Amino acid sequence: MVEFTLPKNSKVQQGKHFPAATGATRIKRVEVYRWDPDTDENPRIDSYEIDLDQCGAKVLDLIIKIKDEVDSSLTFRRSCREGVCGSCSMNVNGKNTLACIKPIADINGTVKIFPLPHMDVVKDLVADMTHFYAQYSSIKPWIKTQTPAPADSERLQSVEERKQLDGLYECVLCACCSTSCPSYWWNSERYLGPAVLLQAYRWINDSRDENTGERLDELEDPFKLYRCHTIMNCTDTCPKGLNPAKAIGEIKKLLLVRQEG
Amino acid sequence: MEQRKRPLSPHLQVYRLPLTAVVSVTHRMTGVLLTAGLMLFVVSLAMIQCGASSFSAMQTFIQLPVIEVAIWLMIYALFFHLCHGIRHLFWDAGETYDKLLMNYYIILELFGSVALTGLSFLFVQMAG
Repeated sequence: MVEFTLPKNSKVQQGKHFPAATGATRIKRVEVYRWDPDTDENPRIDSYEIDLDQCGAKVLDLIIKIKDEVDSSLTFRRSCREGVCGSCSMNVNGKNTLACIKPIADINGTVKIFPLPHMDVVKDLVADMTHFYAQYSSIKPWIKTQTPAPADSERLQSVEERKQLDGLYECVLCACCSTSCPSYWWNSERYLGPAVLLQAYRWINDSRDENTGERLDELEDPFKLYRCHTIMNCTDTCPKGLNPAKAIGEIKKLLLVRQEG
Repeated sequence: MEQRKRPLSPHLQVYRLPLTAVVSVTHRMTGVLLTAGLMLFVVSLAMIQCGASSFSAMQTFIQLPVIEVAIWLMIYALFFHLCHGIRHLFWDAGETYDKLLMNYYIILELFGSVALTGLSFLFVQMAG
């Protein structure tokens, strides 16, 4: 449902300020969205002054430093710190990205960190991904076949067939694209969103999969697929440089071609 | 223990919409505007066919400078909606998704809509 403002319990308030240690020279101001499920308070923005001379190069380094040295209650997801696990997706200065590959040097002025937009917040920067993952599993992200597997080999692909998966298989399901999409904000209960649709296209496009027809049947739905209005926020924001909007366009095209029979 | 209701993370409040999104929402708004404008257009046609007195009343109204500006804004809205609509046709054909060219296509759209509005203005000047 379209709702431009935040509900009462979600309005963001001014939080605490943590000044830099004395003697710091290269100070960066960092504002972080905080919400503690164990208090009755609304979310707040805490601000920290961090000495960049004592900090790594990426936004993830900033918040790890805050957690280590300033406020250990700061909560966020992270794992690989090199952009392949998709855990540390968050909104940094108005754009969704993976904090571990976002250089601090790219940001002029204050660094502003929020959880992924329009999601239920579990704590601080941790968004509830349950629904997103359920949508992912709904597209059956595995190879489905009708024919028996070859007796003495795996199901092989030619080089050309394998190339069809480039630009799709790299997706790490960080949800940056889905949570950047206004259509997904307003209709996420029924619209699958760019990440899941890109994944759906990845299996449609896999030469080894023999269930293309059924996959397309599943997607032919005014909400699941056609809530995409090519706003292009997904492609704009993808930290892996992928193009979910194009993948969705390809699915729409396949459905049209199929109709023509 | 009863769990506290989780807050919704900020969305429009913090998201910095890229140009593509701004153009998309403008397409929506011009669509709504043009639908409303179409009704006013039909009203004006009805007044014209109701006879000389309502015709001249309409004429005086339309010639008000503020209404004249509004009409040209409507014409621009029409051409903007048309140009972005054509972009949608390209999208439906699987084209113009290139990430690096997104802003370039928008400039084309804006140029097209301004040029068409300009041509209409010239046409009206010459006809008038």
